[in-house]
Amino acid sequence: MKTLNVTRRDFIKVTAVTGGGFLLGFRLLSNGEPASPADFAPNVFVKIAADNTITITVHRSEMGQGVWTSVPMIVAEELEADWSKVTIEQADAHPTKYGSQSTGGSYSIRGNWEKLRNAGATAREMFITAAANQWKADRSACKAEKGYIVHSSGKRVSYGELAAAAAQLPVPPSVPLKDEKDFRIIGTRLKKLDTPSKSYGTAVFGLDVRVPGMLFASIERCPVFGGTAASYDAANAKAFPGVIDVIEVKSGIAVVASNTWAAFRGREELSVKWNEGQWANQSSASIRKSFMEGLESGGDTIESAGDAESAMANAANVINAVYDAPFIAHQTMEPMNCTADVKTDRCEIWAPTQSPQRIQTDAAEILGLDKEKVTVHVTLMGGGFGRRLYSDYGNDAVEVSKAIGKPVQVVWTREDDTRHDLYRPMTYNILKAGIDKSGNPVSWIHRIAGPSSRGLVVGGSKPSYAFPNFKVEAKILETGVPIGAWRSVGPSQNGWIMESFIDEIAHLAKKDPFEYRRSLLSNAPRLRRTLEFVAEKANWKKPLPRGWGKGIACVESFGSACAMVSEVSVDSDGTLTIQRIVAAIDCGPVVNPDTVEAQMEGGIVYALSAMLKDEITIEKGRVRQESYDDYRMIQFDEMPKIEVYTVPSTDPVGGIGEPGLPPAAPSVCNAIFAATGKRIRKLPIRPDNLKS
Amino acid sequence: MPTFSLTINGKKHTVDASPEMPLLWVLRDLLGMTGTKFSCGRGLCGSCTVQLDGEATRSCVTAVEYAADKKITTIEGLAENKREPLLQAWIEEDVPQCGFCQPGHIMTASSFLATNSNPSDSDIDSAMAMNLCRCGTYPRMKRAIKLAARGGKQ
Repeated sequence: MKTLNVTRRDFIKVTAVTGGGFLLGFRLLSNGEPASPADFAPNVFVKIAADNTITITVHRSEMGQGVWTSVPMIVAEELEADWSKVTIEQADAHPTKYGSQSTGGSYSIRGNWEKLRNAGATAREMFITAAANQWKADRSACKAEKGYIVHSSGKRVSYGELAAAAAQLPVPPSVPLKDEKDFRIIGTRLKKLDTPSKSYGTAVFGLDVRVPGMLFASIERCPVFGGTAASYDAANAKAFPGVIDVIEVKSGIAVVASNTWAAFRGREELSVKWNEGQWANQSSASIRKSFMEGLESGGDTIESAGDAESAMANAANVINAVYDAPFIAHQTMEPMNCTADVKTDRCEIWAPTQSPQRIQTDAAEILGLDKEKVTVHVTLMGGGFGRRLYSDYGNDAVEVSKAIGKPVQVVWTREDDTRHDLYRPMTYNILKAGIDKSGNPVSWIHRIAGPSSRGLVVGGSKPSYAFPNFKVEAKILETGVPIGAWRSVGPSQNGWIMESFIDEIAHLAKKDPFEYRRSLLSNAPRLRRTLEFVAEKANWKKPLPRGWGKGIACVESFGSACAMVSEVSVDSDGTLTIQRIVAAIDCGPVVNPDTVEAQMEGGIVYALSAMLKDEITIEKGRVRQESYDDYRMIQFDEMPKIEVYTVPSTDPVGGIGEPGLPPAAPSVCNAIFAATGKRIRKLPIRPDNLKS
Repeated sequence: MPTFSLTINGKKHTVDASPEMPLLWVLRDLLGMTGTKFSCGRGLCGSCTVQLDGEATRSCVTAVEYAADKKITTIEGLAENKREPLLQAWIEEDVPQCGFCQPGHIMTASSFLATNSNPSDSDIDSAMAMNLCRCGTYPRMKRAIKLAARGGKQ
């Protein structure tokens, strides 16, 4: 065992609970939160009751990424718990005491690995002490085993029996952590704790919240972003059976009804006339034109090394390309919704949210209340993918409930969801690379125009490959189209662009795309190892049948390295078949291999939908797409064969919710090039683009 | 408003509703049975799938009037039997991620398995093709359906 010194003792608190229970609280961090917040308060609780049940209360949002299982697994490992006694509970959001509660950036595990282990180990050591005290025995003769403390003489006592006594002990300043080779929970394929309720239909998503006396509402919004209502026919809407009221809120005209369907139908009777505002004549083509023109005057340099321009001028061989990425939507299966109950002096909210505090802050501002008076209950989410980091749908519910003085659930239609998302931004990218006579890289220049340059929304990062000179420039241009974080965020788009372009450079250099990448990754050993691992697993050198092609790509993001090999075939009519995708991830220690595989599959499918189908187009200032028929996703019968491998690794623990997405599209696009000689520089791919 | 008598999961329910009100909203908002999900309202995704006389049906585009003389089965009804092989297989394969679309998939698969007890991969593909899952749980669903068809034998 290695000993971890808990230097900040107040980061773990233990209290007794009624009925002889033991309650340990500690703090789980969110992405970007300082490791030692000034006002510590626990946000994860481990409760061991007298009946031996262990309840782990996580203040963390579950959206399919498995955090409600992986967090307890890590705690239970060090606690030497009996896994069959472990259950999970979602804590209510508290206004201030929990610190940041945002769930994003694939951060839950990678940001808290040691904290989670330490919490479990602290409880375990306290139980050992409690047992030793009870037996008047030497601590070293006692050990923890599956929910019991066992003495060398063979006598045993359960955690439940010890809970009351353990809760009276001081929290030890330092505790030993288990040797990783002794893990019996971490690294095993335990089933997710929320699977039964999700299969039986009893799991409560935002839409499933039911509050006594609640009404339902739906909001008609201006189809053009930023437009406002000029006139509407409230009387006509109110005449529809079940419609109770029509009120104006910031985002549009809300129809309040006794059921959701009546609220939807009432909207159709409103006959709203809109002031469409300044973006009414905009289109995808005009946005692209503004990006192209904007880049003519150059952008701000956001990354650079050496002198990229003069090195380029002296390169033996130069390649230029333009890459286009469209706006894309999140399309969560559960449409945006929120339930709010506003009283004069307080407010209660039930939200499927990745960011309860954003909902809370906005609600407090709308209502003129202290944040402490706003309670946010976090429900399950029918998909998050970044969409539920925002508070727009929460504000709808707060405003409507405030206006009608009753609890209300505001429900977006699928069409609202598609047309009023915060989209992954459209970008226009000019790339240029120079190599020397032997094919070695000399210079890399990437110019990006889009509604955001980097950080939260779009990447724009330096190449992982050893280019002695490089420059990344960005030009930010406002479009009026709302933009937001979309699963894997910057790397989701930038990974496609950079991994496609390095493939172009490899072909220019007349080198094997795998070998070329590998030779240039000396400064990224983890990525190189993962690339080599996937090449071996996919048997990269093995020839494929005629008409097939294989492609490779690798991207490091959210603390993990991920690489993929895709094999495709393309018929003469342009029909693309993805024969298989072989994926490898180095995410450090694996908590649950089954969850890693599920998240990799999920990330790949999300990427393939974007690559093959997804495009939000703007016409006359409005989104043209509406629902699943014109904004589509990969279907059951289109699912390619995916093989997932984890790279054995002692590197720090990394994320899994997002790193599996970025290499998927470029590996397939590079395979298409290998099969057809057609380079994909614009997404989504249309069959017409692939016809021979 | 007319009154309808519905037989849901073997029990009688009486509701006052417009005849054209979709069964989905009768279940969710009038009867409080929220296992059946709303996602598109146009019959495009299958999240709202229930069974009418055993046949998988999209409740978001099915008027309550049409369902009134049928035997309605929802996920709540299927889940009354925790030994139901399809549900056991779903848990065994740990299928759900976000979980929202799963009841619709399960109701579709259960109806399909009742007519095809030994499905091939392509039978499953075509039976399930019009049910959407954004998280990409399709490979696991396929494994679960095959496991259920084998009576739970690995």
